[in-house]
Amino acid sequence: MKYFYYSGCSLEGTALEYNISTQAVMQALGIELIELEDWTCCGASAAETLSELLSMVLPARNLALAARMDQDCDFLIPCSACYLNLRKVDEHLGSDEGLLEKINEVLNEEELSYQGGIKSRHLLDVLATDIGPEMIKAKVKRELSGLRIAPYYGCQALRPYGGYDDPEQPSCMEPLIEALGAEVHPWRMGAKCCGAGLMTTKKEVAIELTSALLKAAKGADCIATVCPMCQMNLDSYQKQVSKTGGENLSISVLYLPQLIGMAFGLGEEDLKLGLNMAYTDSLKAKLAEYRVGITHQ
Amino acid sequence: MSEENLTLAEVHEVADPMRVIQEKLRACMQCGTCTGSCANSFAMDYTPRQLWRMVQLGLTDELFNSKTFSLCSSCYYCTLRCPRGLPLTETIHALKQLAVAKGIAEKKGARFYQTFLDTVRRYGRVREMELMARYFMIMKSPMLPLSFTPLGMRLMIKGKVSPEMPKFFGPGKMDAIFRKVKELEASS
Repeated sequence: MKYFYYSGCSLEGTALEYNISTQAVMQALGIELIELEDWTCCGASAAETLSELLSMVLPARNLALAARMDQDCDFLIPCSACYLNLRKVDEHLGSDEGLLEKINEVLNEEELSYQGGIKSRHLLDVLATDIGPEMIKAKVKRELSGLRIAPYYGCQALRPYGGYDDPEQPSCMEPLIEALGAEVHPWRMGAKCCGAGLMTTKKEVAIELTSALLKAAKGADCIATVCPMCQMNLDSYQKQVSKTGGENLSISVLYLPQLIGMAFGLGEEDLKLGLNMAYTDSLKAKLAEYRVGITHQ
Repeated sequence: MSEENLTLAEVHEVADPMRVIQEKLRACMQCGTCTGSCANSFAMDYTPRQLWRMVQLGLTDELFNSKTFSLCSSCYYCTLRCPRGLPLTETIHALKQLAVAKGIAEKKGARFYQTFLDTVRRYGRVREMELMARYFMIMKSPMLPLSFTPLGMRLMIKGKVSPEMPKFFGPGKMDAIFRKVKELEASS
């Protein structure tokens, strides 16, 4: 199995641990990731608010870079906003006749072109559909037994373009969590919005949304995320949310590949657990026990 | 041909972006599923359902004075559930584009996104620390950076962002692409 790997901008900065842990887990699974040299921003949620054409051209530029590499494989994208944007290009080509021509007129400035047809897939889709719980279970060195994980999917990994899970009541993360030997925290908040970019422009509104999520996660040891924006909103404002809500709502928030990597026996440094903002002492202690288990095996 | 019978393609030719948006929303039957599904409707002055009605009726002043579309966090629940299958989240984006084009966009959001795209034009990728630095400079609000200082400090301690100084002059990596997009949009 091999994929074009599009990490996106956040995974070079605030979500570096998502990037490193994704690559470490893929390597452990024997999956080849082909990095695109010279990739550029997908437009995030900014381009679509300012220019329709730019919001197509920015992701299409990356698809065009892959198209000239003569490799027949899908994109693997860990960031939900990047995934939405890259996938959006092909989703629109079918219904908008002149679009491809316009995109290529712009891309021609860099002597690039795109003809459509490259599949953009979210990391979660690849983990759940292509790899699957069986293959993951086979690589587990130390079960995360006794660990209760709240699966958090967020919005744009599922909507508007999903196809690999129910966009309202997603469940594809559950068998993956169980494959690690961990327990699924039962909640119905997995597909609810974290507030996304409103945390920068309308903080008080976003705080309401993250607050509801953190409250519902009570009783879990950690929340598993698959999006750098969700991660940031859930892990960076816990103090403020706790203060507003009048109760301690601190909880560890880890990226799903970090948890998979822990069960694979990878080290803290391989998974960059030290970079997470919310990584509680109680979870640290629990994970340390699992590691002791590995060395004694 | 009467105006009522224009196809979507013909409306595009008329090149009035508000007409294009109105055409997209013509089938809205005001059921309110969007409002019931919206994560942020609690903070809005007009609900999404009311917003679509204002579009249909051409109440542009009320529409662009409302806080509603700057409160959309693009969760796509309304798009998913709309029984008419209307592209509601995309319509919000189209309204935001129109507000920017008319120069009436809400300052904070529009400037944040403008700053964002400016760093993309310059470097090809977003440098998060620089993005925030530029945003604060443009907003000229002394209190705004303070509200982000604790997070910024923690990110810096973790080595996730580097305090690079922004470059304001010189050519950008993606100048050609941004220029061409502007040129095509001006001619359409």
